[in-house]
Order: sequence, then structure tokens, then C-alpha cells
Amino acid sequence: MAYATTLEGTRFTFPDLRGLLAKATPERSGDQLAGLCAEGPVERLAAQIALADLPLKTFLAEELIPSDADEVSDLIARRHDARAFAPVASLTVGAFREWLLSPAADAAALAALAPGLTPEMVAAVSKLCRLQDLVAITAKRPVVTRFRSTIGLPGRLATRNQPNHPTDSSAGILISALDGLLMGSGDAMIGVNPATDSLPDYIRIVELLETLRLRLNVPTQHCCLGHVTVAIEAMGRGAPVDLVFQSVAGSQKANAGFGVDLAILREAAEAGRALGRCPEGGQFMYFETGQGSALSADAHWGVDQQTMEARAYAVAREFDPLLVNTVVGFIGPEYLYNGKQIIRAGLEDHFCGKLLGLPMGVDVCYTNHADADGEDMDALLTLLCAAGVNFVITVPGADDVMLNYQSLSHHDAVFARETLGRPPAPEFEAWLRAVRITDAQGRLAGASGELPPALEEASRLLPGRAA
Amino acid sequence: MSAPAEPKRAKTPTLHDLRALTQARIALGAHGAGLPTGAALAFGLDHARAREAVWTPLDAAAIRESLRAQGLASIELRTTVADRAEYLRRPDRGRTLNPDSEAALDGLGQGFDVALVIADGLSATAVALNAVPSAAALAARAAQAGWSLAPVAVVHQGRVAIGDPIGARLGARCVVVLIGERPGLSASDSLGCYITCAPEPGLPDSRRNCISNIRQDGLAIGAAADQMEALLRAMMAQGTSGVGLRRESLVGPPAPSLPEA
Repeated sequence: MAYATTLEGTRFTFPDLRGLLAKATPERSGDQLAGLCAEGPVERLAAQIALADLPLKTFLAEELIPSDADEVSDLIARRHDARAFAPVASLTVGAFREWLLSPAADAAALAALAPGLTPEMVAAVSKLCRLQDLVAITAKRPVVTRFRSTIGLPGRLATRNQPNHPTDSSAGILISALDGLLMGSGDAMIGVNPATDSLPDYIRIVELLETLRLRLNVPTQHCCLGHVTVAIEAMGRGAPVDLVFQSVAGSQKANAGFGVDLAILREAAEAGRALGRCPEGGQFMYFETGQGSALSADAHWGVDQQTMEARAYAVAREFDPLLVNTVVGFIGPEYLYNGKQIIRAGLEDHFCGKLLGLPMGVDVCYTNHADADGEDMDALLTLLCAAGVNFVITVPGADDVMLNYQSLSHHDAVFARETLGRPPAPEFEAWLRAVRITDAQGRLAGASGELPPALEEASRLLPGRAA
Repeated sequence: MSAPAEPKRAKTPTLHDLRALTQARIALGAHGAGLPTGAALAFGLDHARAREAVWTPLDAAAIRESLRAQGLASIELRTTVADRAEYLRRPDRGRTLNPDSEAALDGLGQGFDVALVIADGLSATAVALNAVPSAAALAARAAQAGWSLAPVAVVHQGRVAIGDPIGARLGARCVVVLIGERPGLSASDSLGCYITCAPEPGLPDSRRNCISNIRQDGLAIGAAADQMEALLRAMMAQGTSGVGLRRESLVGPPAPSLPEA
């Protein structure tokens, strides 16, 4: 079905729903690369005006990617809850935006609505939102999850301590993890991206992180971000796997490019649950996503990259995750060209994830060939804290020496705590005080790199010390 | 400083003492949430170097002059990319030759054993420092092996896959692409080498073999050229490259896969 709008005598037509969504999308290089974007700002506004008049329920009648060819579409259709959708069923996309901004859309109403929303609906409404709208709406929508720490409570910010090392050296990982803990980072998790993807290395890394956790008695969880099939094998051998990780995307074909499908993820989730490490009612799955991954796998079906990203959240939602984050600036300038595009994408992803009910975090990051720098990351972190992001990723000095990109630094987490008033998860906050990394006011007690007396145990893990 | 010292835990090293265990920027110190000024500026300098490597234009004239001094003929080619900003946005255009360059290539004749390509990729710094010595080292090995070598193609705004149309037009058995890798903060001068047997446009990346991190503090040029020669020998014997190439006879461990330059 075609969509159209007339602006001062000029008629703009959009031949199908995919095209309408793509042309209504704020400018980004990935949609330009795919040849999907609006030809200019006026055509973009014409598409947004047409989109604003579109009944929200159109997305239930018209699939962007057919269910019989794509298991993600099938999942979205099967899981849609018509009763939850009822309060907004009569609205257009434009009126839905207004309702989301209104006091009627409070935390309880947004939580109740989540199962009634599809990724396409939240992507559509996000295209009509300026940054302030995205912040204002998501600030009303806490999503709380819990393993050993409770993440996503209003007014708090958790961090993933990411102690990567170029060759997965145990000592290098350990030192980096301690550096982060001494800066107060790690309540969402201590999570390592392995340089290799072998089973022995995976098991070595999770055992190392488990030893660190037990020695320090730190209320957090850990993760080796190897491929989920490696995690399944490791769990089968009894490795101490806290979080089960996988990168996911918004179409079956794109997920196949990651070497997964829903059945493999289900098998992994069952294996993780069977380990019994996660408390009853808690969560242990962890997913990463990012705009552009479907296009780079030639698996985007002519759908714009932001809508494809929101569809990845339907995959994540199926597995009741502890944590989900978009790796927003990692993919490169052919998908998100500059700081402006990265900042907007980070806020869109957080918005779409939260409206769909995900415990959403963001890897606030950039590469050296993007037209972005640390100041763009300062802006995005500050906006995300205002929006109530569940967690961000931090590395020593903002420099990930394994993945060769820049994320936030542990210092940035201190900024969020001390200047923006965002304490960490309550269990972790209490631990930081108990071991005197922070003082009674929650401020860093010192940054000399010396282990506080309560962490003497950890020193036995350091090279040259008796284990 | 005059307060009595606490009981010593002298054997416990600080993280600062253990910095050698990782290249990560640990134990930087902090002032409130801020970095010490020196650490902040050091980070800024590393980022500036990386940005400069990405945005500096390829000095093709200097490279061709250096090649000439090594006794190597060359030809200067362009892709369909208009400028650096387009290069970063449109990787597809960095894989296609412009028509003038196609015509220039067709004037070189056909049927070489090895075509050698030097492309800027994402680091003109890496190319300026490491491409000509690498090309010369490979040319010397090619001469010893008795392989015919096409004039070196020096390409503006090229991606890895630009080797495919170049190699195909030259009728080359194998194409070797020396290209600037995406700069990290710790190194902005890494040269990558991608080798493909029976090149033709549209080949998947799985058909290439890669040697990465060629630079002064990384893989030495001589060692890299040895690996290139060994890969070329294997490809010419087996008639294929990439994941299908049997590697048991090769020197060194398999190269890691890299994000595309």
C-alpha cells in the first residue's frame, strides 16, 4: 500500500511501509549507503508528516519482513499481546508520541503497554521524537533486573567493567579489572571480550573472573563474551558461567551471520538456567546489538537500520535478559558518520529498548575513522544519564586495547556518580563503602591504585604473589 | 607527610607498579572524576595522530618516486570516490576503479604472476612509512622466484577489494594489496597485506589471506615479506586462496582475521 502527503502543492508518495519508515528516519550514513534515505530534509519531513498520520495498528496488519521467510518477524507476530496494546490501539503514530509524553504514560502504564508494542511501532514513533522527547519518555520507564546486584533502579547507573587484553593474558585482564573496581566500576558485570574464541580460553577467563569475584566477595556477575555455542560447551563442562552472552540482530539472516538462531539461543538459556547460579526470579542472559549490523550482513530486507535495530530487541526480549546494550559507535562511519549521528542513535536505541521492556544499556563509543571524539561521548553519557540508562561500559582511560576503539573511561563513571548523582547498584554501593573504595558520601576515597586493606585477598592473585 | 606511617604492606604492589602487564591505560590517577592533565593530553595526542592518519591524503608522487628509486615501475589509479568524506561513507565506491584508471590499466598488457597494489586505506601514515619497503622486499623475493611483477598500482581512496578489479584487468595470477589499517590509539602506522589468488570483482573476503600489523613495533617488514612469499607459493601451487588454502607448508601461524581496512 502506498502512503502520501502533500506539502504546499507538492505531492510526496512513499510506495510502501518500509520506504515510508526509511525516508522518515533522521539522517544517517548507513541508510544513505543502503540507498534508503530521504533525498533531503523536505522529503524527510514529508515522510515524517505521513508517518505521524499512520494508525499504529498498521504495523500489525503489514509486515516489513514476511513471517514465513524470517523467524524474527514470526516471533514478533506471535508474541504480540493485543490486550496490552488496547490502550493505544486507536492512536496514530503522531498521537502515540503525544501520549508517551503526557503524564498518563507513567511507569506503570508504560510497563503494562510493553508486551503490546512491536519493534516497528517504537521505531516509528522514535523517528518523530527529538532528543529531548527520547530522554523525557525513557526517563519515565525504569526496567529493573537482578542477579547478584539489582540493576536499573531509578536514579542509579551501573557499569560494565570491560578489562580486555589483546592476547587474553590472565594477568592483564586481572590488573585491568582491579583498576576498574578501584574506580568503582563493575556493578553491571565484569565482562571480557576474548581475543580468541577457543573453549579452553573461554573457560580460563570465566574461571579467572570467578576467582576474582569470590576473593573480593564483590556483589556482581561476570561474563566472557565468546560465541554462545562456546558458552554452551563450557557450561556442559561445568565452567562457572554467570552470564550467557550473544550478539543479536533484527533478521534471521543477520543472526545467521552471527552463527545463531532462536533455537540456539533457547538452548543456551536453558543451559544457563540449569547451572542454578542465578537466583530465582533473576536474569542471566546478556545481548549486544548495534545499528548497521543487518546491513553489513546484507540482511536488512530494504528496512532502515534503526528499525532493524529495534527488531533485534524482540530477539533479546524473548530471553528475559539481565542486560542488553547497543554498541552504538563501534560499527564505523559508513553506518553512523559523526558524533551527531552516534548521539542520536544511542538515545534512539535506549528509547526503543526501554519501551519494549528491555534493561537497556549503551556502550558509549566511537572509532578513529568516525568524525567523533571524547566530547561527543561526554554529551551522550550526560543525556543517557538524564534518560535513566541502566548501564554503560567503561575501560581504562577510555581506550580498549583489544578491540581498538574508544569507550567510556572508569573516570566517566565517577563523573556520573559524583556530578550527575547516579550511584551504582545498591549492593555494589554498599560493597564499595565496606571495602573503603568510596567514603560515606559515595566519593572515591583515593585513586592511588593501592588496594585497600579489605582487598588484600585480591593481591594474592597478582603476579609474583602466592595464590 | 609527617603523620606516622601505617603498618607497611610492603609486599603488595600497587597497580601503578604492575602497569607493564597490560597496554591498557590503568592506574592513571584521578582528580575528582577528572584525569590528570598529562594523561588527558596524552590521550588527546594519540587520538590526533590516529585522526591525522585517517585524513591525510596519500602522497602518491612521493611513493612512486621511492618505488622508482627501488627500480620498480608504477601507475597511479583512482577509485570512484570523490573525496575522503565520501570514502568513509561509501566503502562500495572504494572498491571500484574510475573509467580513466581502467583504461590506463588496460594499456599495461596482461598476464603477470603477481600484481602489487598500494592503497591508502584508513592510514596514509602506515602507507607512507611501510608500503614501499614492503613492496621492495616482496619484489626482491618475486625476482628470485622468477615471478613476473606488474607495475605497482598506487591507488587513491582504495579499499581492500580494489585489488580484485586491478588484478583481473592485469590478468594476474595473484594480487597483493598493501593498505593502511584502521588506526588504533596505540598504533596509527599499521600496514595490512591482503593476498588473493585468481582475483575478480565481487570476491568475498573469505577468499583473501591477511597479514596484519606490519610496522616498526609490530611485524617486521622482512618477516612480513617472507609470509607473503610463502602464501603466494601456496596459492600458485593450489590455485586458490582464503579459507580454502591449505596452510601446513606455510611459515608462521595463521593470520588473524581483521575488520576490513
